Amino acid sequence: MKVLIIGATSAIAKAAARIYAQQNCSLHLIARNGEQLEALSSDLLVRGAQAVSSSVLDLNKFAEHGKLLGAAIEELGGVDIALICHGSLPDQEKVEISFKQAQKEINTNGLSVISLLTELAPTFIEQHSGTLAVITSVAGDRGRQPNFVYGAAKSLVSTYLQGLRGKLLAHNVHVVDIRPGLVDSPMTAQFPKGPLWASPEQVAQKIVKSIQRGSHTVYAPGYWRAIMFVVRIIPDFIFKRLKF
Amino acid sequence: MEAMGWGRYPKAKADLIEPADAQSLQKFVASQKKSASCISRGAGRSYGDSALAGQLIGSRFLDSFLALDEQQHTLRCGAGVKLGDILKVCLPRGLFLPVLPGTKEVSVGGAIAADVHGKNHHRDGSFCQHVTQISLVLASGEVVSCSATQNPELFRASCGGMGLTGAIVEATLKLAPVPSSYIDQRSLVANNLQECFAHIEDNADSKYSVAWLDCLATGDSLGRSVLYLGEHSVAKNRKSDRKYHARSSIGVPFSTPSFLLNKSSMSLFNMTYYSLQKNKSRTSRLDYDNYFFPLDRLSNWNRLYGSKGFLQYQFVLPCEGALEGITTVLEKISKQGKGSFLTVLKKFGEANENLLSFPKSGYTLTLDFKNEASLFPLLDELDQIVLDHDGRLYLAKDARMSEAVFKASYPNWEAFMAIKAKVDPHNRFASLQSNRLGLTT
Repeated sequence: MKVLIIGATSAIAKAAARIYAQQNCSLHLIARNGEQLEALSSDLLVRGAQAVSSSVLDLNKFAEHGKLLGAAIEELGGVDIALICHGSLPDQEKVEISFKQAQKEINTNGLSVISLLTELAPTFIEQHSGTLAVITSVAGDRGRQPNFVYGAAKSLVSTYLQGLRGKLLAHNVHVVDIRPGLVDSPMTAQFPKGPLWASPEQVAQKIVKSIQRGSHTVYAPGYWRAIMFVVRIIPDFIFKRLKF
Repeated sequence: MEAMGWGRYPKAKADLIEPADAQSLQKFVASQKKSASCISRGAGRSYGDSALAGQLIGSRFLDSFLALDEQQHTLRCGAGVKLGDILKVCLPRGLFLPVLPGTKEVSVGGAIAADVHGKNHHRDGSFCQHVTQISLVLASGEVVSCSATQNPELFRASCGGMGLTGAIVEATLKLAPVPSSYIDQRSLVANNLQECFAHIEDNADSKYSVAWLDCLATGDSLGRSVLYLGEHSVAKNRKSDRKYHARSSIGVPFSTPSFLLNKSSMSLFNMTYYSLQKNKSRTSRLDYDNYFFPLDRLSNWNRLYGSKGFLQYQFVLPCEGALEGITTVLEKISKQGKGSFLTVLKKFGEANENLLSFPKSGYTLTLDFKNEASLFPLLDELDQIVLDHDGRLYLAKDARMSEAVFKASYPNWEAFMAIKAKVDPHNRFASLQSNRLGLTT
């Protein structure tokens, strides 16, 4: 199997890449930090990957997406799964008062994903098979006070995926929206952890399984589906008063 | 957060820092004030307070493989890689770890810092004897590479050095080729301690050798035991020869009330186990996971000792006097009305050159006790027996030994301090244990 992973050095992506490596897949990794990419490539080869290639790109350079993805898929010799994992967790208080900051975050977490999907879709349509999997977030389910800029960017992607899933159905291409809850990774190092926190490995296992099964919208771990159901049905006149 | 070792005693407040890679770890150490002390923490499998300090540097994200050379049988990896992950990668290639402790859930960094041993110590030595190189982040933030030829003094201080010379970030290990992932096990029943010693001596050339002991048997059957011998099984030219046996484990979800573990329940367990083993077939073929890591099948088994935790007590006594010394220890325990749930006896081979490594030629006995106030005076008495027989205690399991006992039994502690003074003059790397033992202040 040939797997393309974008934002490959994030903790969840790394854990997913390791599972695919154990399954002897071929991988192409895209991320911003070349050194980390190189380290991950050797790690995956030791773990059993058939072949690993990589390319360095700052994903906020939208104009370069098309060319880079083309070259990546060529190097991989085709693509069965494209997994989009990159993202950044902004400081809500800073992005609330600076549009420039907010724009940057929405670009990273929202628009760059749309750009990548737009570039990837034709390849998948043409080959009439494959899976596009995107990591969004439970934060996109409802705009909450502590992270609504991040949440808005993620819900932009989730809504886009809902439409894209229908569009690609006729072409036998599957679209998975993975919504992790709280993940104990270097990105969330500054937060105190509690019982709801999951490890990147747990989330990665769920990702790989849901891609294999052809699931649609996946919460990882599963209990977030129940939690977010409750969060969504809280009436606005109460919800607006909640600080969580 | 509240941090604790595998024995769940003692507990201490600590900040846990988990660097994303070796570079961030280096930056963190370099940026800290001279007064702030920290210690590395791998998988949290040392029992006592050796990985407790105000600041803990977790190696969870240093879990990358860097290179595997299948011809030279060497593996280079991050300090946070667990031994189980190495087996998963190496077994299908016909390679195995030359030394395995009783759990696969320990990190490479931790295994080096404690210089862990396995059931084959009498033949193959301890873990660090198969480590060819380590990369260490010193208190200054500088990264140094150490091996038997490069910075050899620092290498011998860091192997078994309980993380006190710096933070291990990477290591190169020598792997051993094996014919299959199975072990041919032979068990020998001994009706008392003397018989058990005789069995061990008679089978000194066996690759793996460890005895389970009924700690609660007294009188003529004191030290009745079952000796387990193991050899790597030959390949049967089947697909499963090199299989990695991942077994799902059952978790203990919370601390069980500690009164469940009392003398009667322990005695019942030990008696039942002994009688079952006594009549069982004497040879069997087990997969390596079953043979090496039976306890891993019950994850969080440490919770069975209740919320106050437990203490492991492992000591080694030189061969002459070992039989008499261990008999005294067992009698003392039984006289005080205490008992150990799992008791393990093994013969060690020669000591290595590492300054603070535990193993030395002789017999080692491992006992575990529920944590209760009346236990501590008993352990102090046992310390005295150990000292009288020129023995010592294992630092990775210790939570309460006194400075005097430590310094009397680890003759190289001054040489260790001299090297520590060179690389870490302000004692930036210090644990609750090192403070207690007078290695740091």
